[in-house]
Amino acid sequence: MFPEPEKATFDIVINGRAVTADSSMSVLEAAEACGIYIPTLCHHPLLAPAGSCRLCVVEVEGLRGLLGACTLPSEPGMIVRTETPRIQEFRRATLESIIRMHPRDCLICPENLRCELQTVVSHVQPAPVPFVPGPPQLKEVGLFFARDYNLCIKCGRCIRACQEMRGNRALYFLHDECGLHVGTPLGASMDNAACESCGACVDVCPTGALRSNDQAGLPERTIKTICPYCAVGCQLKLEIKNGRVMQSWPDHDGPANHGQACVKGHFGIAQFVHSPERLSKPLIRQQGELREASWDEALDFIAIRLKSYLPEETAVVSSARCTNEENYLLQKLARVALGTNSVDHCARL
Amino acid sequence: MEGLSATFGSGAMTNHIRDLEKARCIVAIGTNTTEAHPVIAASLKQVVRQGAKLIVINPRRIPLAEFAHIWLRPRPGTNVALLMGMARVILDEGMQDTAFIDERCENFEPFRASLAAYDTTTVASITGVPAEDIKRAAHLYAGTRPATILYAMGVAEHSRGTDGVMAVANLAMLTGNIGRPGAGVNPLRGQNNVQGACDMGCLPDVYPGYQRVSDPAARAKFESAWGRSLPLTPGLTLTQMMNMAHQGHLKAIYLVGENPVLSEPDQEHTLAALGHLDLLVVQDIFLTETARLAQAVLPAASFAEKDGTFTNTERRVQRVRAAVPPPGEALPDWQIVCALAKKLGAPGFDFRHPSEVLSEISRLTPIYGGLSFDCLENDSRQWPCPSSEHPGTPILHTKDFSRGRGNFVALSYVPPAEAPDEAYPLILTTGRNLYQYHTGTMTRKVGALNQRFGEEKLEINPADAIPLSIAEDDWVRVSSRRGEVRVRARLSDINPPGLVYLNFHFAEVPTNALTGAAYDPQTGTPDYKVTAVKVEKIA
Ligand code: SF4
Ligand code: SF4
Ligand code: SF4
Repeated sequence: MFPEPEKATFDIVINGRAVTADSSMSVLEAAEACGIYIPTLCHHPLLAPAGSCRLCVVEVEGLRGLLGACTLPSEPGMIVRTETPRIQEFRRATLESIIRMHPRDCLICPENLRCELQTVVSHVQPAPVPFVPGPPQLKEVGLFFARDYNLCIKCGRCIRACQEMRGNRALYFLHDECGLHVGTPLGASMDNAACESCGACVDVCPTGALRSNDQAGLPERTIKTICPYCAVGCQLKLEIKNGRVMQSWPDHDGPANHGQACVKGHFGIAQFVHSPERLSKPLIRQQGELREASWDEALDFIAIRLKSYLPEETAVVSSARCTNEENYLLQKLARVALGTNSVDHCARL
Repeated sequence: MEGLSATFGSGAMTNHIRDLEKARCIVAIGTNTTEAHPVIAASLKQVVRQGAKLIVINPRRIPLAEFAHIWLRPRPGTNVALLMGMARVILDEGMQDTAFIDERCENFEPFRASLAAYDTTTVASITGVPAEDIKRAAHLYAGTRPATILYAMGVAEHSRGTDGVMAVANLAMLTGNIGRPGAGVNPLRGQNNVQGACDMGCLPDVYPGYQRVSDPAARAKFESAWGRSLPLTPGLTLTQMMNMAHQGHLKAIYLVGENPVLSEPDQEHTLAALGHLDLLVVQDIFLTETARLAQAVLPAASFAEKDGTFTNTERRVQRVRAAVPPPGEALPDWQIVCALAKKLGAPGFDFRHPSEVLSEISRLTPIYGGLSFDCLENDSRQWPCPSSEHPGTPILHTKDFSRGRGNFVALSYVPPAEAPDEAYPLILTTGRNLYQYHTGTMTRKVGALNQRFGEEKLEINPADAIPLSIAEDDWVRVSSRRGEVRVRARLSDINPPGLVYLNFHFAEVPTNALTGAAYDPQTGTPDYKVTAVKVEKIA
């Protein structure tokens, strides 16, 4: 009906391979789209390019010097190289200065095996550099996520996510006796008023500096589903281990949320699903008390009574928390099995 | 939703969430978006930062007001007058979209005539919004296209909520802001699948897909599909159910996944009504305040333990997937309903999987006609989606309105049912907080959410609090003509003097003990937004 204007596509050549791109794509995006890896730490697909970490440099035939691929627009006929000796040498030097101040305790870091810094290091293969600890940085376990700025590589993604994605300004680069570092104005705790605990900063952080309190190793599998709370319908990825939901993440491919969620969808799922207060057996009331019953007993108890009323003496209340299929069945039960149109749900809006 | 059906022929968001990015002007009326629809609020803030104009209409200083170019603060319950005043300004100054009105709409003249009494001076005296601001807002909305209107419970949950919705629709038609990208009338629905529950015919007067119970052809169609003769008369709304139970005419309620003891207005009445029933069956994941009153309680699976589909506020049907097994003997609701239907001897409940239920839905429901688990596996679609080849409909009413022509409705402003008086001098309005959800059934089980926001407080303006000797954190009694609650006070200027505010998430502070002054005559929606109350310090 309102077709998006078709973007003209063209070919560019990356490492000798013809790759399709269009003018809205950076060279980094064109490379990623066809599976060519270019290391980067400050870039994130949900954020505007920042061009600050200088790891994604490439060479382009006919252009001088090393160019950041994340801010370089694709142009027809471009010939790009991503792994020349000059590039590799530059990347190693750049990365060495980043990891010089980064602790080496990967094995005990909760982010181990999820960490993007690990991926970049294993690709770039910097020389071993001695650990030069800087001034100790803030460590804080908040209500929903933890911060440990000793692991921070100052990529700025968290600050940009908070501003660009959420329209908030809870985080800043600060400069003081701890050097240049990320923090909140006046060093307030994360559970302060300017932060809505959405976790967008946690999602984009490449290291363990920001991590969900629920984090516990890698999941066995990940299931995509829809948030049970409000009607935005955010698509979530639930991480499953030992038959339990460990944590949930907003899905970048979610058609309604595009990688976003709020505190409830991000940090408010596992605990209620696995709450010890969940009902696990049918209950029926006898001598004034609710007691456990088998399914058969409970359903008979209900069916016998329901059958004893006139249709207009019965009603069904369905739920905005049930699926479409369940709501369909509930109104069908009211109309077909009980013979009444008295079916409604609680929230009329 | 009736309001939009009457004007456009379809009671759902006309546009979609992403489409907000194309709007040049956004009116947010009666929605505290940052708290109730946080992810939409995030896009809203981005769009505004990129240059779109924002008009916030809300008596409370909600966080969005900070981003607004114009913030109007009408007295609670006066939206209809305000919107009509804006329409009048637009017409007086010739800013309407005459071509759109002539080609696509009807009943314009009666509507124009209905605005006669709503000059800005009169509207200013009804709403408390200065005449100059009403004009500025009207100019900005009519002069900046495309413009979209977002609204939520703050428009609909009034004794005249349907009128409010129709007033919004009138304004959009007047300016031709329908059926175009970046435009539209967009109700943000509250609970996650409330759109789907309506679509599926969990309403007393319609079958799935809004096919009317009163239409003999629709009834014949469902009778032949379901193999039973079906009742002729429309059923009871939830509010009517409570009244009929109270009077002893309704004997049994099968209630799934809801907690009316906390969510329905006038708690005392709800408790008495449920107490009168012979049989209350509650099916839920927790032993809620309502389940404690039941004769039978059935343990259900949570969203993470079942397959199916949810339909979000933008009519988007998305797949829900089982991730873990349910605890103990709990079962997915669909299985329980089928088992109970069979015990009742009803035909047509032999489903082995929700995908089979969706096939039956799509056979009988034209707006869901093209949907199946297969096509939703890697994709979502927005209804109407009449066939499997159809890509879905991101924007409604692009060529014709669902009802043919857009229907202007002549309205007149009716003051809220309960006005403050000497005995109950303040107005109470209710809403939701970011960190809790609905009656707290799920969120109260999440430790961190409760640590962040675990205690209800009455928000009251210092100008109201100080004469009553109420200080921060003092215990107060809030009473209305129906009940009372005890709660601590929080002094804040979020509310103008005369207005106090409570959420309804907490059993300890059952806000709905107070509400329930009136119901919308057309939808039965209770007025949660205007209740006259009195606040006293508890010594
Ligand atoms: S949680 Fe959200 S609001 Fe808070 S700092 Fe992170 S991005 Fe910003
Ligand atoms: S906290 Fe994470 S995202 Fe933020 S600057 Fe440090 S490493 Fe980057
Ligand atoms: S994550 Fe938050 S905004 Fe998204 S659907 Fe869930 S409750 Fe709504």
